Parts: sequence; C-alpha cells; structure tokens
Amino acid sequence: MDGITPGGLPAHLDGFVRAVREAGIPVGISSAVDAAHVLTAVDLLDREQLRHGLAAVLLHRAAQRPTYDVLFDLWWPLTDRPSVPSEAEPAQDGAPDDGVPDADRQAALAAELRAELLRKLLDGDEEALRRFARQAVEQLGQGQPSPSGQSFFSYRVLRALSPDTLVSQLLDGLLGGADRGGLAEQVARQTVRERLAAFRAAVEAEVRRRSAAERGRERVARTAVKPLADQVDFLRAQSADLAELRRSVAPLARRLAARLSAKRRLGRAGRLDFRKTVRASLATGGVPVVTHHKPRAVHKPELVVLCDISGSVAGFSHFTLMLTQALREHFSGVRAFAFVDSTDEVTRFFTPGADVADAVQRIGREADVVSFDGHSDYGNAFGVFAERWASAVGPKTSLLVLGDGRTNYRQPGLPVLADLVRRSRSAYWLNPEPARLWGSGDSAADKYKQFIPMIEVRNAAQLAEFVTTL
Amino acid sequence: MPPQQPARFADVADVTARLSAAGYLPDAQIATTVFLADRLGKPLLVEGPAGVGKTELAKALATATSSDLIRLQCYEGLDEARALYEWNYKKQLLRIQASQNSADGGDWGDLHDDVFGEEFLLSRPLLTAIRRTEPTVLLIDETDKADVEVEGLLLEVLSDFQVTIPEIGTIVATRRPMVVLTSNATRELSEALKRRCLYLALDYPSAEREREIVLSRVPELAPALAEQLVRTVRALRAMELKKSPSISETLDWAQTLLALGMDTLGTDEVRQTLGVVLKHGSDQTRAAAELRLN
Repeated sequence: MDGITPGGLPAHLDGFVRAVREAGIPVGISSAVDAAHVLTAVDLLDREQLRHGLAAVLLHRAAQRPTYDVLFDLWWPLTDRPSVPSEAEPAQDGAPDDGVPDADRQAALAAELRAELLRKLLDGDEEALRRFARQAVEQLGQGQPSPSGQSFFSYRVLRALSPDTLVSQLLDGLLGGADRGGLAEQVARQTVRERLAAFRAAVEAEVRRRSAAERGRERVARTAVKPLADQVDFLRAQSADLAELRRSVAPLARRLAARLSAKRRLGRAGRLDFRKTVRASLATGGVPVVTHHKPRAVHKPELVVLCDISGSVAGFSHFTLMLTQALREHFSGVRAFAFVDSTDEVTRFFTPGADVADAVQRIGREADVVSFDGHSDYGNAFGVFAERWASAVGPKTSLLVLGDGRTNYRQPGLPVLADLVRRSRSAYWLNPEPARLWGSGDSAADKYKQFIPMIEVRNAAQLAEFVTTL
Repeated sequence: MPPQQPARFADVADVTARLSAAGYLPDAQIATTVFLADRLGKPLLVEGPAGVGKTELAKALATATSSDLIRLQCYEGLDEARALYEWNYKKQLLRIQASQNSADGGDWGDLHDDVFGEEFLLSRPLLTAIRRTEPTVLLIDETDKADVEVEGLLLEVLSDFQVTIPEIGTIVATRRPMVVLTSNATRELSEALKRRCLYLALDYPSAEREREIVLSRVPELAPALAEQLVRTVRALRAMELKKSPSISETLDWAQTLLALGMDTLGTDEVRQTLGVVLKHGSDQTRAAAELRLN
C-alpha cells in the first residue's frame, strides 16, 4: 500500500468500517483488510468506483446497501461543489442593499426554483436532479444560524418547493397531451413517483452531508441510519417496512419448504430394488457396483397454523398469514386457523394464487373469529378449536401458534393447549413480544411456556433463524 | 493477494468497454466489482432475483476475456462426484476383468497404477477448470440450490485452487480461472463462503440502463417504443407481484411487440401481450386492475 500515509487514509477507512459495523452490518477483519486492498486497486478520484468497490467487500446482503450508501456519503462526501456557491453568493450579498423584504425574496427564490425543479423532473436526468437538490438545500434549507453553526433542514426545502403539488403538471408533461386515465396515466404516475422520491432522497442526502460537516459525521450517522428491514420490530412496523418485509416472505417459505422436504429425503432410500440393481450390473460385467433402492413412501408434513389476529398483534399476524399463504403453495397439508376470542378455519381464503392483502381483509370480514367483544380470549379460542377441529391435530401434525399470549386477564386455557401439544408431533409458539415482557401484565406467555416451546420472533431475521433451526 | 497472472482488465473503463462489446451493458457497480474481482483474484458472488442477467454476466465475461466458459450447475443433491471428479468404476472393472483373463494374470502393482490413472478419471467441472491451461471462466450457477456440504467443498477449491486426489496427488491450478458464483438468494449462503468472494447485488436496472439494454439487444425497436416499454415494466415492478418482470422478460416483450408489428404500447397491446411478462394468473389480474386495462 505505497503512497498512503499512515494515519491518513487507513485511519479514515478504519473509521468508516467501524461505522458500518455499528450500523449492524457485520464486517470481519478479513473484509476490512480487503477494503484496504480495494483502495489500492480502484481509482480514488472516482467516487463511484470507491463506493461500489468497498461495497463489494464489506457487504454480504442486498438489504444492507441503503444503510451503506448513507454512511458512504457521510464518510466520503462530495467535495467539489460545482457552481453552487458562485450562484448563491451574489443573491445573499446583494440582499441588504435592494431593500426587498426578506420573506418576499425567499418566496421569489422558491418560485423560481420550483419552476426549475419542474423542468428537471420532466427531464428525468438524475445527475442534474441531484445537482439541483444540492443547490436547493443551499438556498432554501438554512435554519436560524446558531452559535454552534449553520444548520440545514430538509423539511424547509421540501416545504418551499412542495414537490408533491407538481404531480399534476408533471403528468401533463409526461403524457404529452394524451388523455388522462387508463394505462398511460398509471405508467406516468409511477415515473413521477420515482423521480419525486429520487429528488427527496437527494435533498436528504445533501442535508445529511451538510449536517455532518457541522456536527461531525458520527453523530449524524447514528440518527440517519434506519434499521435493516429484517430487524424492524413486527409490532412497530410501518406500512413501508411491511412492504419491504413482504418481499422476504416468499424466500422464507421456500426455505422452510426445502428444509421440510430435505428432512424427508435425508433418511436413506428404502429397500433394495433387486431388479433395477441387476439390470444396472450388466453394464459392469455382472458386478453390482451401484445398488438401486426403491423410494420410501413420502411422509407428507402437515402444518396447522393457529394465529392470533387481534389488533394488538396486527403487524405480526399480517406477516405470519402471508407466510402461511406462501407455505400453502408448497404444501397441500397446511391448515390455517385464526382467532380473536373465537376460532375459525381460514384455509379457504388462502387458495394458491390468491392475493394475501385481500385474504387478510376477507378474514376480518367473513371469518367467524369474534363471538363476544373482539378482545383476545385465548382460553375460549383454544377451546373452540379443540372442540370443532379435534381431528386437525394428530401424530403427524406440526402445530404453530402465533400470538403475544395477552389474554386480557381471562382464562388462558392451559389444559386445552397442553392436550393439543401432546397430541401433535411437534409444536412451537412464536411470540412477537420481547422475551423480557413475557408474563408481565395480562401476558400469560410465561404460563404457556411451560407447555410449549416459546420462541421470541420480533423481526424477520429472528423468524428466518427459527425457520433454519426447525 | 498478488494476482497469479497478468490482469485481464486495465481499468474500470476497460471492463465497461469490453463487456459492452460482448453484448452486456454493465453499470458502474458491475464494472467496478468485476474489475476488482480480476485485480484481487477473488471469486465474484452475484446475487439477485431471477432474470437480471447473472448468468449472462459470466458468459459476457468469458467472451470479453476470450476465455472458455465452464459451467457447474448446482442443484439439491449435487455431490463431490458430480462437481469435482469421479473414478470411472465401470471402465476400471472391465480393465481388471480383462487382465484376469489374459495369460500372465498381470502384476497387481502395475494394474493398480493403471486403473487409477488419467484414463479412468472422469473430470467434473471444478477439476476441469483447475487443470485447464487456457484462459477460463468458471461459472458456478445457482449456488444457493446446492446443499450446505457443497459450500464446504467450494471453499476448499476456491481458496487454494487445488484439488487433492489421493491416488494421483495434488493438482494445482497453473492458471487461475476467473470464478463467478450466482445465487437467487433462496437461502443465505454461509458467511465463510461470502467472505471469500466479492459480493455483487444485482437488481433491476435503472430506467436509462434498461432502455439501453433493450435497444442494444433488440435494435430494430423504435427508441420511443423502448422508452414506453421500460416505463411500463417499471410500473409493473412497483406493484406487489409474485414475480416482478425481469430484464429477460422486458426483452421478450420487446421481441413480441416487434414480431406482432405493434408500434405503440397502448391499453389494447398491453392487454394482449401481458402474458409475456407476467406468468402468474393472480399477477395478471392485479396488474390489469392497477393499470386500468379493463
């Protein structure tokens, strides 16, 4: 690594690697060493090369990329400021002389930039849009100067430019006089959404960059980095997080299916197929080199999912129902039951190919899961299940209970659950609450725990871990 | 980690130019990562959804570096005998039987050396790639489909580029092949394997790059139609579909439009040809509703 002064670039890289680690991306020592090799190989003057090069050795999963990009922008900020200061300076210096009120000048500036933004958005050139975002932050994003320095805010920029109100003009521009409605508009809307999102992201990145220069990048990094999608708490997930989570469901189900069927295959093949073996031995002069076996009778795993869909676990149950749906596409023997204070079979809503969001809505409307007041009643729900679908759980069945175990101080129905667990081949309870809260308040989780293995599944990562250990 | 042979690419721009000439348009990320894989002499692990051009990248690399492509297709149950090497038992047995029938009966020592010789070795992709003296690109396709044990085998082979065959000895690569592993991320590959590779996450390309890809692969298509096509595909990808249309499906769609002589992509055209890009009934219903096709 010649040409690199000790303490300079290596120390900087080290700080960056530390920040990446702190953001929850595991980076081993060997990866850090590779990162140093990357510095010697890429053209350091080309920032994008450095970005992608370091990503290639530091990251191991696609989901880590957005976090990495935020950190990279903080640690290796753009230093060239093309034309921005020169444009901005005259406007500010000239301010006290012309006597125009401050607010008016701001408004005029905003209107001018807004027109410019509209042109850039219509144009769709991403690089130009990014440059414009930096300029806009410079001119509109300044907060009140304080003793600690100048701070910048993205909301100031976005309020002044209000890009969302440009949608209709953008649509007109993109459609080029064609009729509204129908396919063309939907496609154009998507394009507009993408470009607006890109602009907003560019503004935020620029604000972060400026804040980092003022307040130090470590502090900005800590607040700017969002948790990785699979680390998002189910019970606190926003709708955007859920959309991200949904994408992880299908692979998870495939993995679960692959594991279950792998277990099926793992037990050596069945009895010797004499006929096939002798026939194959003809090729080796009558010596049976390779033995052939009859395939074992296939054991079909049966899975019964019992899912709490009351309001308190909405995010979690939505996700698990999607997992159930995905599993249905791999196994015929999956039966799903939902409960709030009573239980109903919901397998019929999950026909292969059905839309999950739709199915969840229909369950809420059509399934008979509420008999009393719509608050969780585990005792009654287990009772109804054991009574009406007594045959659903047998010696071949794996039972999966999903819920937080909060009984609203009602009967927990322990004997019924214990009986179900005893009758099934295996049983697990997935609880979206942190383990330390089990048994607090109206949670009966600690009682259930004595009868059924209870696993804390607060996020997709933990669910994936459970699936792989199954 | 000094490279064992002269670097294949001069710089990132060189990668871009030569891959483009091979019919693959790389973006900055792909070009940089490929360049580093060459410079650092590390395998390249390409991960991403089906149909974003993972395998295509390996093929283009082979063309760009005028190497031969050796491909190991992974599947559940792939084992050492299929991936590395195997003795040709049948032939060995015949050899032994033939020597038993001959007059002198044969000396066991000679026979032993003979049946465990080059002639009876069935070379599988990994060994073939290591033994080759010509430039080689080794493609290990759909690594995630293989069992975990195969990963252990890959670790061993890819870290040293040598294979030990007990009867013959250790075979060391005279010329390191360029290794590309692909994965659909159906399961997480082991950390040990990922650590030894450069990681490249391929996703659907930006609108601009996708348009360029369409135009380079289907040059007869009118640029305006390509633009329309790419924007429509992007609108489809924004929906929550079971299987989002991939680049290869965009290209199929472009071919379809061309074959049917359609010169715009309006409501009717999309309705008629939606099956080219969406292969699930539920996806089609959903897309039709969201795009207001009916």
